[in-house]
This record gives sequence, C-alpha cells and structure tokens, in this order.
Amino acid sequence: MNLAHGAGVILAKDDLSEFGNDPWWLWLVKGVLIFVILVVLTLFNIWAERRVVARMQHRVGPNVHGPFGLLQSLADGIKLALKEDVVPKAADKVLFIIAPVISTIPAFIAFAVIPFGPVVTVPFTDIETPLQLTDMPVAVLYILAVASVGIYGIVLAGWSSGSTYALLGGLRSSAQMISYEVAMGLAFVAVFLYAGSMSTSEIVAAQERLWFGLILIPSFLIYIAAMVGETNRAPFDLPEAEGELVGGFHTEYSSLKFALFFLAEYVNMVTVGALATTLFLGGWMAPWPLSLWDGANQGYLPLLWFLGKTMLFIFFFIWLRGTLPRMRYDQFMKLGWKVLIPVALLWTVAVATIRAITLDEGIDRRYIIGAALVAVLVFLALSFVGEKATEEEPEEEPEFDAFAGGYPVPPMPGQQLPVLTSVTGSTGTSAGAGDTDDGGAPVSEEDRGA
Amino acid sequence: MSAVEVLFALLGLVAVGSALLVVTTARLVHAALWLVVTLGALAGCYLLLAAEFVAWVQVLIYVGAVVVLLLFALMLTRAPTAAEAGTVTANRPLAAGLAVLVAAALVSSLVAGFRDVRIDLDDSVVGSAETTGEALFTSWVLPFEVLSVLLLAALVGAIVLSRSTRGGGR
Amino acid sequence: MDGYYASYAPVLAIVVAGVGLVASIFAANRLLAPRRQSPEKLLTYESGVDPIGEGWAQIHLRYYVFAYLYVIFAVDAVFLFPWATVFAGLGWTVVGEMAVFIGFIAVGLLYAWRKGVLTWT
Repeated sequence: MNLAHGAGVILAKDDLSEFGNDPWWLWLVKGVLIFVILVVLTLFNIWAERRVVARMQHRVGPNVHGPFGLLQSLADGIKLALKEDVVPKAADKVLFIIAPVISTIPAFIAFAVIPFGPVVTVPFTDIETPLQLTDMPVAVLYILAVASVGIYGIVLAGWSSGSTYALLGGLRSSAQMISYEVAMGLAFVAVFLYAGSMSTSEIVAAQERLWFGLILIPSFLIYIAAMVGETNRAPFDLPEAEGELVGGFHTEYSSLKFALFFLAEYVNMVTVGALATTLFLGGWMAPWPLSLWDGANQGYLPLLWFLGKTMLFIFFFIWLRGTLPRMRYDQFMKLGWKVLIPVALLWTVAVATIRAITLDEGIDRRYIIGAALVAVLVFLALSFVGEKATEEEPEEEPEFDAFAGGYPVPPMPGQQLPVLTSVTGSTGTSAGAGDTDDGGAPVSEEDRGA
Repeated sequence: MSAVEVLFALLGLVAVGSALLVVTTARLVHAALWLVVTLGALAGCYLLLAAEFVAWVQVLIYVGAVVVLLLFALMLTRAPTAAEAGTVTANRPLAAGLAVLVAAALVSSLVAGFRDVRIDLDDSVVGSAETTGEALFTSWVLPFEVLSVLLLAALVGAIVLSRSTRGGGR
Repeated sequence: MDGYYASYAPVLAIVVAGVGLVASIFAANRLLAPRRQSPEKLLTYESGVDPIGEGWAQIHLRYYVFAYLYVIFAVDAVFLFPWATVFAGLGWTVVGEMAVFIGFIAVGLLYAWRKGVLTWT
C-alpha cells in the first residue's frame, strides 16, 4: 500500500459527467415528473394501504369511488381542502404554518438523486439523458442531511401547537427519528465500502453483478428496521399512538395542513423504499431471471423494475402495519441503541476487514467465515456483559405509590400495586408504558422491558 | 458578478442577518430556529465554494443534530411561546463590542492567511468526500484519533452529569 | 466546473417548485375552506376537558441524553462515510485507523450501556 501517491491512482473519480448536461427544459420536465409521480403514488398508496389492510382483516375497504375505489384518496384530499383550517389560540402562529411546509419539502427533494433508470434517449429528440434528475458524489449523504431537516417539521409542529399531546408526540417522534437515523447511516457504510462511492448512480452500477442486499444482509436488515422507525410507521408509530397521544404531533392540525403531513409521511415511505431499492436491491437493474435478457436493462423498461421493487417495499410497510402491534417506547429505544447500533458498528469493522483481505487478494474464505463467527461470539459475549452490568447494579426500588405525583397513575409493568382495600391488586400491564414523559412514577430501569 | 457570486453574497447576508436575530429575539425557541437558518445559509456558502461534502456534513451535524440538542436543552428548562422578559442584560453594549472585535480578529486573520489562495475549480471534484477522506486519513490521522477521545470524553461527561441530576431528583 | 453547479441547480429548482406547490395549496385552501371561528374551536384539544395552563411542559432529561448520543454517533458516521469511499485506495492502514476510532466510540457506547443510560425509563 503506497500511501504517498497510491491514493490518487486507485481512487477512480466518480464519473458523473453524464449529469448536469441536460438542457434546462429537460430537467424542468424531470422535476415536474418527480412531483407528479410522488403525488400520484401517495394517492395510490393510501388507497392500496386501506385496501390491503382491509383484505388482511377480512374487510372490503374503500370500493365506491371510481374503479375499485381508486379515486377514494383523491376524494379525501378534496374533502380536506374544503374543511375549515383551525389555528388554535395557544399556538405559535408562524411556526404552526411553517411546520407542515418544512416536513413536506425535504420529503420531495430527497428524490432528486434517486436513479429511476439508465441513460435513455428522450422521445422525439436525440438527446441522451439519465433517468435521474441529478447526481453528486455525496448523494446519499445529501439524502441523510435532507431527512434530518425533515425532523424539524415534526418538532416544530409539536411545539408550536401549544397542546400537550402534540408536544409529547413531537418529542417522541424526534427522539425516535434521531435514534434510527444513526442506525441508518451506519448501515450505509458497508454499501459505500463495496461501491467505493456515495453517488447513487455509481452504487447502482456497482451492483451489476450482485445486489448488495444479498452480500450485506446485516446492513440490509438494519436498514429495513431503521427505515420503518425513521418514517414513524407501524410497529414503530409511537408518535401518533392513538390510544395515548390522540394524534401525536398533528393533533391540532386540520384541513390541508393536516393533508401536508399525510403527504410527507407517504412520500417519505416511497423515498426510503426507493433508497432501499437503490442501495440494496440493484436499483433499476432487472431481477435475476430477467437480467439474463440483455434488453431488460435498456431503454425505459428499467423504470418498471425500479417502481416494482419500490412498491414491494410499500407493500412490506402495509404488511407490517397489518401484522404487528405497536411496540412500547422503551422496547423501541432498546432495539435501536442496544441492538441496531452496536451490530452496525461491529458489522462495519467486519466488512472493512473482509474487504481489506479481498483487496489484498489474500486468504481462504474459510478464515473469513471463521473470523465472522468469532466476531459474532464476541458481540454476544459483550451483550451478556452489558446485561449483567445492569443486573449487578441494584437500585432501591421505591414501593409503588399510585398517588405519588399528586394524581393517581396506573402501575408500570413489573410494579406491584399495593393491596389497599377490597380492590384486588392486579398488576395492570398498560400498553403505553413509555408514556410518563414528564416524569410520572419513578421506575427503576431493570424492571422494564426485560 | 456571476450568478454564483450573487447567490453567495445573498446567503452571506442571510447568515449574518439571522445570526443577529439569534441574539436579539426574545423568544428562546425562536433564537434556536434562527440559528438553524444561520447554519443552513453557511452550508449554502460551503456548497457554492465547491466544498459539497463539508456542506452536507454541516447540514447533517449542525442543523440536524446540534440544534436539535439545543432545542431539547431549551425545552429541558422552560420554553414558553410568549416572549420572555429578562433575556436582555445590562451588559448588552459590552457584548456587542466584544462580538465586533472577535469578528474583526477572525476576518483579518482569515484574509491575511488565505488572501492569495485560489481554488482550482477545473479540478473535477474539489471538496468531495474522496478528497476530504484522503487528506484526513493520510495527513491528519492524529487529530482524527484525538477527536475520538474527545467524543468519548464528551459522552462520559454527559452521562455523569445526567445521572447525578437524576440521583438528586430522587 | 459547470457540471458541479449544474448538478445542484435542479435541487434548487425542486425546492422552489416545492415551495410553490405548498403556497398554491395554502392559497387554494384559503379560497375553498369556510371560516366560521368560535372561541371553543380555538381551544387546544384535551380529550374534551378544558385545557388548564399552557401546553408547554418541561421535558424529561432523557431526551437530552439521547440527543447527545445522537450528536456523537452522527459525527462518528460522517467520518465513516469518507473513510468508506477512500478505503479501497489506502488499504490496511485505514482499517487500523478506523478500528481505533470506532473502538473509542464503542467504549463510550458500552459505558452508556453499563450505566443504564440506553434504557428508556
């Protein structure tokens, strides 16, 4: 390894020369198309979600407006536009109006760097252009950065409403999104290691032979968990847990402002699905048996593969919602910080080691597998150390006093309700255990979510 | 002036203007949000200077993480929407004078140090992740490793502080 | 270098278009929606009870701690990104460098874990 001047030689600079050459009207058309695709997909996805969930629950779902009820979401949208727009008196007016805007626009602009297909010829002209609005050497970082701006929409919506439910929902949501964004970012590192680039088109090109989702399975799984957490979808939809927080951060929103949050949520779903497709499932490349045919990856056909894979993720989101109950907040944070992030860190080091060995054209694969096993064992050992440490640290658990906070509260899981009167002390397992956000009953951490 | 220069000047104005609003607004949460505008405008400046990696890192870390931390810290104390009295002290002129002095010192040292430096924009990617990474992992390894110790120290400090507060609360 | 600015121009355009879309949505809403205000309507929702005091409460310390952890790991991640892209050219040396870096961060995470900070209470 020649450090002094080897670097410049081996590092092939990203070849993004095919971007930025479009005439201005062409990227205008592309930009408008992105908006149109995303809005239409949102309308379609809301309908699809209602139909699929209904089918999973042996219901019919919306089937009245238009063929198969396809126009239902459009009707809902128009209905929302005709509703009165109420701004509560206690709200911070300016921020209350800006918040839905901040949460919507980042959702759209992340899509600018998603590749829909290869270089094609524009119909009726001889201009060649990639089916992608733009690309840059730091495209994935750009998506992460833009997503982190979207968090503000939710924090501000919660804070500016002047309502307790909204505030708690907004806080929960932001804490959730920042926790899972870390896991998401760490899951990307392995992809960058193999692609050697952060540009989305380069990453797709690097998957020509093998999809990263197949060789980097842990990264893929971490990303899937993180993307569900990041979009606040079931089973991680705690910010809008209806049973506890009414509507979460958008409790006070009505009319089209509410519709904007809805739009942002569904556009975000499409964005993370498209990103998963791009980074792990070969982007617009045709799936295996089809990829044997040369024509499958040319012209406008890849658009179909791309949308198909993205819709697969949308179906996955809907399926999850139809299947899994909502997690408790402490379980959710435990999954994020004690499973996803440590695993992602270890996996990154492991991938780097494997990659360095293969680049050195080194050793047998058996050693690599052996090393991977050792790494897994070390991780398991570490996790046991962690568990024990928490157990070794006994903390005085105060006896549960339902009236400690001045008003009666139900016991947390694991707490015993002292038998006071004729009422039998049933330990109610409240589903909303993470709900004492302003410090209700003191609970020691060992007793929770074990 | 080219379009890029005009944009750069505009972003600079936005950054300075919103920075002034950060220190003058009477609402604490609004101050934090003006800080977001300032940092975002700075990121725009970096972007126009062809330092795209640094620009998006600025958005991700400062806008996306540090100000969220600040907001949480503000809400930890008290964060009403109404304007708060008592956010302005008698030291105001002194602070303004000091700020001007610091700004003058920074600007003059920057100008003195980088007056003759020109970025070669014809080089394909000036400020991309690759160039930054190469510099970082060949020339600046020690600062990089020291940084990890700094992060560790910050983490431990925050944990110790939060735990001692919690212990006191019981 | 035109390519560099040209690759960002569509991003700017899409931001402008997004703002335009939202503005037209708000305008349409103003035209279409009825406006009949009453004091009860402007109250914040409290499950049917009249709200008492302000909706702004002090938040719990744990939010701050998790935001702090996020800052540290976000910094960690932005160093991992350029590292991953230059990795192929620099080989074993950078693996070692990054292993030390991640090692320190991991010690921090382990410390937080043992102190029970990672458990949401």
